[in-house]
Amino acid sequence: MKPAVIVFPASNCDRDIAVALEKATGKAPAMVWHGDASLPAETDFIVLPGGFSYGDYLRSGAMAAKSPIMRDVIEKAKAGTPVIGVCNGFQILCETGLLPGALMRNAGLNFVCRTVTLEVENSQSMFTSAFEKGQYVDFPVAHHDGNYFADDETLDRLEGEGRVAFRYVDNPNGSARDIAGVLGDGGNVLGLMPHPERMISPLLGGIDGAAFFRGVVDAAA
Amino acid sequence: MKAKIIITLKNGVLDPQGKAIEGALKGLGFDGVSDVRQGKEIELKLDETDEAAARAKAEEMCKKLLANPVMENYAIEIMA
Repeated sequence: MKPAVIVFPASNCDRDIAVALEKATGKAPAMVWHGDASLPAETDFIVLPGGFSYGDYLRSGAMAAKSPIMRDVIEKAKAGTPVIGVCNGFQILCETGLLPGALMRNAGLNFVCRTVTLEVENSQSMFTSAFEKGQYVDFPVAHHDGNYFADDETLDRLEGEGRVAFRYVDNPNGSARDIAGVLGDGGNVLGLMPHPERMISPLLGGIDGAAFFRGVVDAAA
Repeated sequence: MKAKIIITLKNGVLDPQGKAIEGALKGLGFDGVSDVRQGKEIELKLDETDEAAARAKAEEMCKKLLANPVMENYAIEIMA
């Protein structure tokens, strides 16, 4: 696998993602600057990391979604390349339209920074096949704008099509229908607010994230 | 020409910041306040001299970047 991690100005989880990917694949991913025009040609897996790209100006992820590199990311995503967006990456994917909905200010207005328990809602996707449906996993969240919003019709469609990947067991941010992670309509794009890359070693408090990345890598292989 | 773009949350979209502002106003003793909604205003200068062309350009900016149609509405005012 030849993964690439996109680095935006004020990304701050890019290195964590790189470490998690290296642990799962045995090889360091390509780190690609947002201002580049294209990804390395061999790229077969893309991660948009967490952070506060462009200082969350205008709307979280709005400016990053229009970065030069995103034209290639969108093209590859539409052609079937797997793409994961974590936290700010999820916000960016929503702003590009690759995922439906938007991430709004947390309902409680607080920045929420703690480990949360998620229920795996769909274990059939290429991103969640390491888990069982209904299994609980612990990933940390750290965000101000994680309140997933979409109109009822869209939410019904997402649920009907099995595109809710993860739900919060105890909703920390007011997200509609407790949604923590959603899949794109082609099944090859995943956005999630919690950070699996922060749970890849007992030293960090758990290994559910390591299982996540291993599962993703196995499924993509 | 100048364009003033007002971006507001769509009806029915929860606005926790508006709610917090409402709470603070009530805390200051302002009674009879309800439905506080927070939005944003963006002002910009355009080289256009034709109002319709300026409006069309501002409209395109709103669609491509300034507003998110999932949760926001926008209104454009063009001034000389």
